[in-house]
Amino acid sequence: MITITTVVATVPGLTEADIWHFVEADWVRPARQGGQPVFSEADLARIQLIRDLRTALEVEEPTVPLVLSLLDQLYATRRQLRLVLETAGPELRAQLAAGFQG
Amino acid sequence: MAKDPYEMLGIPRTATAEQIKAAYRKLAKKHHPDLNPGNTAAEARFKAASAANELLSDPERRARFDRGEIDAEGQPTERAFYRQYAEGDQAGRYRSAGAEDDAFGDIFSELFRQAGNRGGPGAGAGGRAFRGQDQHFSLTIPFREAALGGSHRITLPEGSSLDVTIPPGLRDGQTIRLRGKGHAGLNGGPAGDAMIEVSVEPHPFFRRDGDDIHIDLPVTVAEAVLGGKVNVPTLSGPVSLTVPHHSDAGRKLRLRGRGIPAHGDRTAGDLYVTLQLVAGPPDAALEDALRAWAERHPTDPRAHLQEAA
Repeated sequence: MITITTVVATVPGLTEADIWHFVEADWVRPARQGGQPVFSEADLARIQLIRDLRTALEVEEPTVPLVLSLLDQLYATRRQLRLVLETAGPELRAQLAAGFQG
Repeated sequence: MAKDPYEMLGIPRTATAEQIKAAYRKLAKKHHPDLNPGNTAAEARFKAASAANELLSDPERRARFDRGEIDAEGQPTERAFYRQYAEGDQAGRYRSAGAEDDAFGDIFSELFRQAGNRGGPGAGAGGRAFRGQDQHFSLTIPFREAALGGSHRITLPEGSSLDVTIPPGLRDGQTIRLRGKGHAGLNGGPAGDAMIEVSVEPHPFFRRDGDDIHIDLPVTVAEAVLGGKVNVPTLSGPVSLTVPHHSDAGRKLRLRGRGIPAHGDRTAGDLYVTLQLVAGPPDAALEDALRAWAERHPTDPRAHLQEAA
């Protein structure tokens, strides 16, 4: 359970106001407990990603949601592909591997 | 021993703060691990660039490094990357609701459908069980069948057929779910459901309003003025209705319980009959009688309209 104070202490370069802004913009969706946001490890890593986007990667504020949406779709597709391969079983995986080599 | 930070960023030892920043940003854009989910080397490159940037963007530490007082082995800032979580359960709320709904998007659900239908090599041993996809159909039925219920057989594109039981009192646009009649599951998973959206054809003279039915009933001048028994069509055959003596056109009469029959925990609806006056074919005798009557009874049924206006 990570509070907003912990997030600010963990992620250099961000203020509490920045974090609230991310939440209000729906870029980060923490759980709520007694009206207070509670962040997961994934939320914390996502906050760091947004900070990197805004600073090191020079993504302009209005473009952040576009980048996040594309990344979310990329990761959702990777997850689906993973589930498909898990489901496939050894026989089909071998067939696929052979198919890609051929 | 870490690589020389200047070399890492690809800049001369005389580089300005601006040049350091620009060089770091260029590398960060290329190697940020969250933008390179499938590339394990990206994280090491990004961390090295970040460490070099941290060292060189701090003038004091940069000066100490230049004087040889410290080496490039700084304390790398520990951090997690989003890609470690992005495909896991914690990040579920960042995946779109639609995609999460059936765990698979359009491409994969189609793949599964085919594999499930064939029962072929795709459904190989050792895989996880998945529920089959729901299958959607539409069906149009007559007014009468929707009101009274019945059964309907629909033929599927692949040639098989489905028997659909229409419950009495079905509303236009209602969806009937047939459990387990959708696409087959995969690896022993349960089949999906068949979802049948039913449209109801309009009736030539009955209109539905919930469980009630409305009809416009033509009556002659004589029936309206003198009253009498007339036959009214209902869903269960004609019923005799007494038109009260001296009824105006537009008068609404109710036949209790002659609407949609009782179904489930709902009681039967009513049939509302609205009288419509018809003059009938031209009739000299009627015209003469009315002419004589009108002369003796000069009334103006529109008088109250004049006052209100």
